[in-house]
Amino acid sequence: MESKIILFGQLTDITGNDTIAVNNISDTDSLVTELNKLYPAMIGVKYIIAIDKKVIQENTVIQETSTIALLPPFSGG
Amino acid sequence: MNSNSQLYERYSRQIALKEFGEAGQQKLLQAKVLMIGAGGLGCAALQYLAAAGVGNLGIIDDDTVSVHNLHRQVLYGMDDIGLPKAAIAAAALQQMNPGIVITAYNQRMTVANALEIIKAYDIVIDGTDNFASRYMINDACVLLNKPLVYGAVSKFEGQVAVFNVLLNNNVTSVNYRDMFPQPPAANEIANCAETGVLGILPGIIGTMQAGETIKLLTGIGTPLINSLLTYNALNNQVYELKLTARNNTKELLPKNAAAFRETDYNWLCGITENILEIDSKKFNELRVKKGVVIIDVRELDETPVVHEFDHIRIPLSNIEKKLPSKENDTIILFCQSGKRSLQAAKLLIDKTGNTKKIFSLAGGILKWKQENQF
Repeated sequence: MESKIILFGQLTDITGNDTIAVNNISDTDSLVTELNKLYPAMIGVKYIIAIDKKVIQENTVIQETSTIALLPPFSGG
Repeated sequence: MNSNSQLYERYSRQIALKEFGEAGQQKLLQAKVLMIGAGGLGCAALQYLAAAGVGNLGIIDDDTVSVHNLHRQVLYGMDDIGLPKAAIAAAALQQMNPGIVITAYNQRMTVANALEIIKAYDIVIDGTDNFASRYMINDACVLLNKPLVYGAVSKFEGQVAVFNVLLNNNVTSVNYRDMFPQPPAANEIANCAETGVLGILPGIIGTMQAGETIKLLTGIGTPLINSLLTYNALNNQVYELKLTARNNTKELLPKNAAAFRETDYNWLCGITENILEIDSKKFNELRVKKGVVIIDVRELDETPVVHEFDHIRIPLSNIEKKLPSKENDTIILFCQSGKRSLQAAKLLIDKTGNTKKIFSLAGGILKWKQENQF
């Protein structure tokens, strides 16, 4: 299964794209591990994870139909 | 025309909205709104709030106008360069609408003045440009039960949300720390000065903040409560997320006004490995102070044994479970070479938030013994 991930802010600079696809991810913990492997610059970067537009706080199962979004904080004003 | 009819003439096109009406206008005229930061977001939000007739506007900013501000901070011109933003913005807005009261604070908002200033207002708008201020403002609004209209921009993207609103069911809506419990490390997220920002973006986001403020004040529509809206100026995509409260948010917030005034937000947001680590000299200065606890995070059978100063022993493997006593506000960790203590420091920072200052002895006890031969 392939999961679609929408990226915001400087995460798009890290991946070079505002959407990426990651294969065979069952939950959000394994998603983070996989992203850290694919994009080492994401290690330690703070972002919130939303599944189907709901921000999650603990490890959550990712369904085949889920849309995942990763949002870092912005400070500019 | 008497002053009352002039007043209604001025606002007639929004009073004409049946959802808004005279009642909505009266609510705006009686409202007190504080804009923190008179930069890109502030310039946009303030113009519409002043025009709409928010009766009492406060503007706080310690910055002066620079030429590189002008592409997005549209209340200022070439003649204003070097002058205080809050005062210049207040004067420009007063000319646009003489019928409202505007107060300029040409000073930086700090833990020393934040509570006193914010207390006098009904709603706070965050238009600052750094995390230290954003966390400080959020915490102050939570302590004082003030709704906070949040907005932030980066390059071509913006975020808007409304925090800390008391809802009908007597529950307070989420705040900034429910979204991002801890500030990012100082080098993690760049600001506008480093990455740049398209001038229209704070214009759009600041205007949305003004819109959310007007909705909150008049009770119309659905403000972004428990929601975060993101806008991308390049592809016009809007993405709205549902936010929920976190269980541990309360633990991260200062408990009361006194704790708030003692919180060092600059330090909190400047956490990098360099700042977190202290050398033997700083260690010796700190270890004799009151409220400091020193913890050896090595395993219990490791040597050399330390007799030179008081300390307690909590191995790294146990540090998360066995948090040291609550009375100590400064914790210094050490191990053999400084690696495990740094790891322990990071674990504790994630756990305790800004309630304690946590340091790690660089080079560990081996280096310290070398430099302090007794």
